[in-house]
Amino acid sequence: MAELLLTPLVRYCEIAALWVRASTTYRASFWMLTVGGFLITGVDFVGIWILFHTVHSLGGFSLREVAFLYGGTGLAIAIADLFVGRIERLGSMIRLGRLDTMMVRPVPLLIQVCADEFALRRIARVVQALVVFGWASAYVDWSPGRVAMAASMVVSGSVIFFALFIAFACLQFWTADSAEVANAFTYGGNTLTSYPLTVFPGEVVKALTFVLPLAFVNWYPSLYILGRPDPLGFPAWTQVLSPVVALAMAGIAALVWRTGVRHYRSTGS
Amino acid sequence: MGLIEARGLSRTFTVYKRSGRLNRTRTEVRAVHDLDLAIEPGEMVGYIGPNGAGKSTTIKMLTGILVPTGGHLRVAGVDPSRKRRALAHRIGVVFGQRTTLWWDLPLRDSFELLQKIYRVPSDRFRTNLAEFVELLDLGDLLDTPVRQLSLGQRMRGDITAALLHDPEILYLDEPTIGLDVISKGRLREFLRTLNAERGVTLLLTTHDLQDIEALCRRVIVIDHGTKVFDGALTELHRQGGSTRTLVVDLVDEAPPISVEGATARRVEGPRQWLSFPADASAAPLVAAVAAAYDVADLSIQEPDIEDVIRELYSRS
Repeated sequence: MAELLLTPLVRYCEIAALWVRASTTYRASFWMLTVGGFLITGVDFVGIWILFHTVHSLGGFSLREVAFLYGGTGLAIAIADLFVGRIERLGSMIRLGRLDTMMVRPVPLLIQVCADEFALRRIARVVQALVVFGWASAYVDWSPGRVAMAASMVVSGSVIFFALFIAFACLQFWTADSAEVANAFTYGGNTLTSYPLTVFPGEVVKALTFVLPLAFVNWYPSLYILGRPDPLGFPAWTQVLSPVVALAMAGIAALVWRTGVRHYRSTGS
Repeated sequence: MGLIEARGLSRTFTVYKRSGRLNRTRTEVRAVHDLDLAIEPGEMVGYIGPNGAGKSTTIKMLTGILVPTGGHLRVAGVDPSRKRRALAHRIGVVFGQRTTLWWDLPLRDSFELLQKIYRVPSDRFRTNLAEFVELLDLGDLLDTPVRQLSLGQRMRGDITAALLHDPEILYLDEPTIGLDVISKGRLREFLRTLNAERGVTLLLTTHDLQDIEALCRRVIVIDHGTKVFDGALTELHRQGGSTRTLVVDLVDEAPPISVEGATARRVEGPRQWLSFPADASAAPLVAAVAAAYDVADLSIQEPDIEDVIRELYSRS
């Protein structure tokens, strides 16, 4: 079992490392893109911060608490984007025949697709989210249980976004240009979960719990860490459910991926 | 047991065509239909057919890229689409029209990445790379990014890339397309050596009959997804009734040349076109013509593969 998980991971790192080495040839452009990425995502949070100059709470949550939610989901999507974000290029890999090439190589296809042209500069997003998350964390009343919950939140959240990236990218096996549809759910979803869900109508929260379970990325675990009862009356055990949801999502994504690959039609020549 | 075994191999594609504003009609296209193949280790087989005949679809099924919609298929003892990764260690694939290398990486980095991907032991990798770099004359190109290579250089790079992990089977899809005569010749020479010294089984699709003549004793012809011929090249010529043409430029105009084993098909001033069976040697014919007439120049036209296939197909 350990080997089943570890070997693909090692292969991923090997391929990614080679791309990192290759890209450092253009050192100046690497730093420009990294710093640029950091600033662009940074502006994002500045918006929320400015908002708090006119209001004192958002949906009943303080700036620090909103920052905690923002950092939680931001960290999860940034980690997912860093490691599997390349999959949104699946359609073009199919068109250019690159997927055919990858299919005749002995590394799991998903690993190859995700590690292809691995770009370390995407780490800028991770750093930005980490800064916000770290700043908010300084004000949390930490206990061992809450620390464990925070660790579980980041891991489960990343896995939920991993699964979404992969499952929605698989649409491209059937329709080549559906990358935007995937973005609506991943980055779009991340925008929603950057705010306390109390600002949205109850239907949105239900949708984010039962349909597209993004509320498990940061909302429910954060309620536990921030020591808040669920404002919408969901039972307390939903707050510890994130790992289960993450596993289920990963299972669904794997199934969709396998189905996509077996229905793959390749291109004409 | 054969290295490649297919019985009743089929692949259909469902194609939706627009008919009217909203309606779509669903049609089944048979890319490959009821194909039987048996290829033994060490063979060099030419797989030919017109465009859209199903060559690429077959190769994609043999490599595990496409899942067959029917029939039985075993390559090196495994079902390719189910054991794609295990099979990958035992096969090499070269797509003539597109590269399997990475555009932005120098050849050397591409090869190193492949070493990692295939887990080629370092010493084996070094020996193989040194050998292929030598044979394919890649020494000066190792530090050039792939996007800066010419078509011929890239093809040599691609072939090296497909062979670094010592595959038993090498599939080549149009390997000589777009190459000049000298490059074609060297590539064929290399493939012959590869087959003779390493015992690599070769399956190549091509439009160039000379590729087949230079390399393959056996030819499989596919048309409309079905096998129409499987046998020796000479037999293909015989069955396809293909002819070669000797173009004779005489010093003076003359009545149609009459020599044994050839017929004058066309006369145009001092130039005459004589056709003779493709499997016969041109040498005695040339000697006979030269002995009887004042010849200014001679040339030979090879039969066109498309014509041979068309002829074959119209008879079957």
